[in-house]
Amino acid sequence: MDKIGSPSEVYTIEVKRLTKSFGTHLALRGIDVAVKQGESVVIFGPNGAGKTTLIKLLATIMNPSSGEIFINGFNLKKNAEQARRSIGVITHQTFLYSNLTAYENLQFYSKMYDVPDTKERIYQVATMVEMVSRLHDRTGTFSRGMQQRLSIARALLHNPAILLLDEPETGLDQQAISILRAALQMEENEKRTIILTTHSLERGLELCNRLLILNHGRIVYENSTKTLDLASLTEIYHQNTKAKV
Amino acid sequence: MKNTAIISRLLPVLTFLLFAASLFMVFIYVPTEETMGIVQRIFYFHVPVAWIAFLAFFIVFIGSIMYLWKRQIIWDTIASSSAEIGLVFATLVLITGSIWAKPIWGVWWVWEPRLTTSLVLWFIYAAYLLVRSYASEESRGARFSAVVGIIGFIDVPIVALAITMWRTQHPGPVIFGGGLATSMLITLLVCLVAFTTLYALLLIQRVSLKKRENEIKILQNDDLILEKDTGG
Amino acid sequence: MKFWNKVFAIVWKDAISEMRTREIIFSVLIFTILVVVTFNFAFGASAETMKLVAPGILWVTFTFAGILALNRSFIPEIEEGCLGGLMICPVSREVIYVGKMLGSLFFMLIIEIIALPVFALLFNLSVLSPQLITITFLATVGFVAVGTLFSALAVNTKAREMVLPILFLPVVVPIIISAVKASGQALSGEPWGELSSWLAVLGAFDAIFIVISFWIFPFIIEE
Repeated sequence: MDKIGSPSEVYTIEVKRLTKSFGTHLALRGIDVAVKQGESVVIFGPNGAGKTTLIKLLATIMNPSSGEIFINGFNLKKNAEQARRSIGVITHQTFLYSNLTAYENLQFYSKMYDVPDTKERIYQVATMVEMVSRLHDRTGTFSRGMQQRLSIARALLHNPAILLLDEPETGLDQQAISILRAALQMEENEKRTIILTTHSLERGLELCNRLLILNHGRIVYENSTKTLDLASLTEIYHQNTKAKV
Repeated sequence: MKNTAIISRLLPVLTFLLFAASLFMVFIYVPTEETMGIVQRIFYFHVPVAWIAFLAFFIVFIGSIMYLWKRQIIWDTIASSSAEIGLVFATLVLITGSIWAKPIWGVWWVWEPRLTTSLVLWFIYAAYLLVRSYASEESRGARFSAVVGIIGFIDVPIVALAITMWRTQHPGPVIFGGGLATSMLITLLVCLVAFTTLYALLLIQRVSLKKRENEIKILQNDDLILEKDTGG
Repeated sequence: MKFWNKVFAIVWKDAISEMRTREIIFSVLIFTILVVVTFNFAFGASAETMKLVAPGILWVTFTFAGILALNRSFIPEIEEGCLGGLMICPVSREVIYVGKMLGSLFFMLIIEIIALPVFALLFNLSVLSPQLITITFLATVGFVAVGTLFSALAVNTKAREMVLPILFLPVVVPIIISAVKASGQALSGEPWGELSSWLAVLGAFDAIFIVISFWIFPFIIEE
């Protein structure tokens, strides 16, 4: 399957003819997309367009009905385990255990990801999200914003080359949002590849250099974000989804 | 297409003829059995019905494995249709077993190995169908019930073994111990074929009905999308 | 070795979580003893009768306790989508199965270690025979092998507390029959030879269903 100079060596993420159906409901109807290392892609689309499904497929939480996904050259059908080492996921669900302390949560994920120098790394990411003082408190006692910040730390623990974010700003307070933005921009400088879904056209334009609009399981529009301003994007979005933003 | 049309026309006719033959043989042809009398004739329905209950479960098992492997809805349709039919037959096993037990042993139920295994089978069928309805979405229901179908089928022989070992230590009533006279054997075979044909007929009908239902659902989904695009 | 490191990471995480609240272990323990006592009232009669019904009571009790314990197995993973968090980790799906299964196994063994002496006390029977311990261990392994699978399934359904028993009880009939019969023989002081056929059934059940559940588990948690 892999030829010399084939796309999977050049692209970090490659999605080919991806479809996903749940029984009789076809959620994704043929997605083709290729993302280079260091690119940041925002995916817009109305509810039910398939954004979350696409993220879950990239994160290997789900399996495709047909088509293929390559991450860092690994075919997810055969080598999902290795591919997962390079993926970090942030969604509105924090993946945190409320009875465990922040430290224990991060320690657990360190073990699962084989993170070296566990203790130092935990303190490093905790500092990044400004949570060092609460490290030994149970996450169940945290506010929503703090939980989300810790979730960001969790996602960055193993230094993933790829970050997948599914509507990350939902339920975040101002502090958490600015931390997230800072973390993302820092990640861009480190050449992390970012895929982000959001309802906020403004934030998407601000954070990413490429955009896709998804509707009814298909990509209906693709462009670079550099050439667009908010007004024209709103118009394009409205046209392509026939829905008010 | 032509072949299936011919089969779907012939099959009901064939089933009817076989049942007519069975009824004749059971009530007129075969002689009355010595020890149990007329009641024994229920044997010719009880055994085939039990056979179908287990055959249907085997189909559920195959359908479940194929569904998990290939993820094609047709396999889930076959498995779930067979499960519905199987549950009916499993219920009939228990009912005919009771009807038989009462005149002979004076009780409605005997913990005889085959009957008890059929009871457990009934519960596994029920679990299969319940899991489908309790799942949060249809595709999950199909997947979960496929798991029940596989685990259940592998479990049933072990259940039968354990129950038989258990009853060997506490011998109780035996449903049918002696040998079969030729006429009885023939009658039994005719009934077996009749019921198997009935099962095939019911399965084909149920599967084609479900296929239509699924096709409609897919069309409805497409319609909804068209509506959204033009209306919204 | 990495496999077992991660399996134990899961077991440890669940253990800490449980020890923090201690709600499940205490309630299951009290429930277990309560059931034994209730059966005593239900059947309470001569020492002869009690000797006959004791194995049955013991295993009905452990079955109910097992259902309670298994129900809790995947519940921590629902909050905050933690099961998803496990699925994105670079581990095979089997690691999750074995981790959860071992967790439930240890949990149930702890309950049984405490419940058996209480049982011995109330029924005036000797339970510390190696035979009874072997039977209990084998039966518990069988319970958690299929139970973990069904627990993962039930947690994703609407009536989750009811789904688990409905699935679980018919399937573990061979365990219950074998455990009750073998326990009866063990309590009567019969030698190993007598028990061997029942132990064989338990062993076969365990082996078959550990392998099958191992293989089927990914189908339950993946969409």
